[in-house]
Amino acid sequence: MPKLDEIDRTLETESKGKRLISPAVAALVPVVVFAVGVHIYSNELLLTYMAIYIALAQGINIIYGFTGYLPFGYFGFFGVGAYASGLAMLDYNVPPVLAVVIGGVAAALVGALLLPLFRLRGAYFAIGTLAASEAIYAIVSNPSLQSITNGPYGLNLAAYYSSGTAYGTAIALAAIAILAASYVRSSKFGLTLKAIRDDSYSASMSGVNVPRQRFYAWLIAAAIAGMGGSIFGWSTSVFYPQAVFDSSLSVLAIVFALFGGVGTVWGPTVGTVVLYAIYNAIGVSNPQYFQLIYGLVIVLLVLFAPRGLAGLRQIKSRRATTVGAKND
Amino acid sequence: MLFEYAIIGGILLGIFYALLAVGLNVVYGAQKIINLAHGDIIMLGGYGAWELYYTYHISPILSTIIVIPITVVLGYGLNRLIAPRLLKSADPEMLSLILFFGLSEVIEALASLVFGNAARALPVNSIPTSRLVLFGQGYSATWWVSASVILPLLGIFLVFLNRTSIGLQVRAVISDAVEAAVAGINAKRISGIYFGIGFALAACAGVWGVFIYGGVSPTEGPAITVTAFAIIVFGSLGNTVGTIVAGVIFGIFYQLAQVYIPSWSNLVPYVLVIATMLVRPQGLFGRRQRIA
Repeated sequence: MPKLDEIDRTLETESKGKRLISPAVAALVPVVVFAVGVHIYSNELLLTYMAIYIALAQGINIIYGFTGYLPFGYFGFFGVGAYASGLAMLDYNVPPVLAVVIGGVAAALVGALLLPLFRLRGAYFAIGTLAASEAIYAIVSNPSLQSITNGPYGLNLAAYYSSGTAYGTAIALAAIAILAASYVRSSKFGLTLKAIRDDSYSASMSGVNVPRQRFYAWLIAAAIAGMGGSIFGWSTSVFYPQAVFDSSLSVLAIVFALFGGVGTVWGPTVGTVVLYAIYNAIGVSNPQYFQLIYGLVIVLLVLFAPRGLAGLRQIKSRRATTVGAKND
Repeated sequence: MLFEYAIIGGILLGIFYALLAVGLNVVYGAQKIINLAHGDIIMLGGYGAWELYYTYHISPILSTIIVIPITVVLGYGLNRLIAPRLLKSADPEMLSLILFFGLSEVIEALASLVFGNAARALPVNSIPTSRLVLFGQGYSATWWVSASVILPLLGIFLVFLNRTSIGLQVRAVISDAVEAAVAGINAKRISGIYFGIGFALAACAGVWGVFIYGGVSPTEGPAITVTAFAIIVFGSLGNTVGTIVAGVIFGIFYQLAQVYIPSWSNLVPYVLVIATMLVRPQGLFGRRQRIA
């Protein structure tokens, strides 16, 4: 039972000091790398997107890696955040950083609204969220609502553009998402989530309030995506609804998280950096080749390494310990 | 007047939607595999019809039959390739969802590399062009021609499932693969064949999708998959007749929305899937046992 192993390791082998230090390191390293990186690689917008994707992959990590619910419609929160913050800036002249928070809150509210979807399980939940997000997209982009959302013509936030601040906010969001994931991994809250994922019935028998714990994880994931969408809209300045309600956003976030390994803190970060870099190296000029590669990556991952890069590493270290034990 | 038009048009169109969804249900059938690449198989069927028409001058009506053996073999091969590993895993249903999602991306990428990104269409005169006139209203030729090709096809499929020896074995494997194997049925082979038939039904729907959707393009897959999924959830997962009825009802809903609230009509499949899942998760014809 590898899952029990994992819980044992988190509880026993990690001393209290390490539990405080390792999340700090997991969040600090990307922040420093991003802060320095922009002076070396000057495409700031691309780095902003990468930080946003790290946050999205960690959001997927929190909801899928720890509860087992895979939201194909994750992009819905991204779009809601982008629109909520954009409209807050345009209609009420809210300062952008505050608008980003509003975007997160709006996405969390929509998340609360979609709570009945948790009556579904597995694949039904995945497709249910997809349908819900497509429905939100169809509503927001509907020409009949042009007076409120500008319908299919999108939003223009050029007046609020400020490259440095948007970049900083994106890095902060990535750090927050990483800290949230490491909190979930090492806290009692995370342990209850994993118990729900592995056997929700037994978990509820042991006194875990299953719906409430799941709801918290869902809200955190939704808020992260909402803020990600807000920063995306803000740093992109002009966007159309199909750019923020794009199902390939959830696709990429899911692939990045799975590739690195869900249920870990470093996995989604590393997965995003590696794959997003490849995406920008070949994906922009030849999107089909990139699509082909990541499609194959998914197929091979499911068949041969369902736990991602992190899974490969764990198998290796476990082998090392068994060898050591034999030598004793 | 408008109302009758919507209902009759909806039924004609609904027969196409029944075929569109039934393949997804068949693939789900024996091994509980959720084929997220369903829409992409439909897309490939469309390109198949296009190539057959322009390279060999074969009528799309004939292509509907030609694509069947090809896709059955393809589906069977794919099933034998992935099913053993997939079914051994901890959560086959969930993993199949992710796996086929990856496959859908691969097919989409290959299709746009091979066929290009632009949509392709078949000329309207490649099938009979006279309009069907019923109660003083004219209905587009693509609707009635597709319906009259698809109806017998669905009939043959039901006869195959309910009246032939392989069909009997298929039903045995669906109800209990282990018991079926004990009774001497080669469950793996039967599951593989049935999986291939699911692909074939999707490809047949693809041939007619070129006319109904007015063309075929590499990126159309995922939206079609969601529509098909909405229909099979509505008509109960695993229930073939339920899917066909649900397809027709979906066609009517869609036509009504097109006629009365055109700008919101693309919401129909999403609303249908969410409403079904929340109100009656077992679907129209389901028994109360599915966990959903």
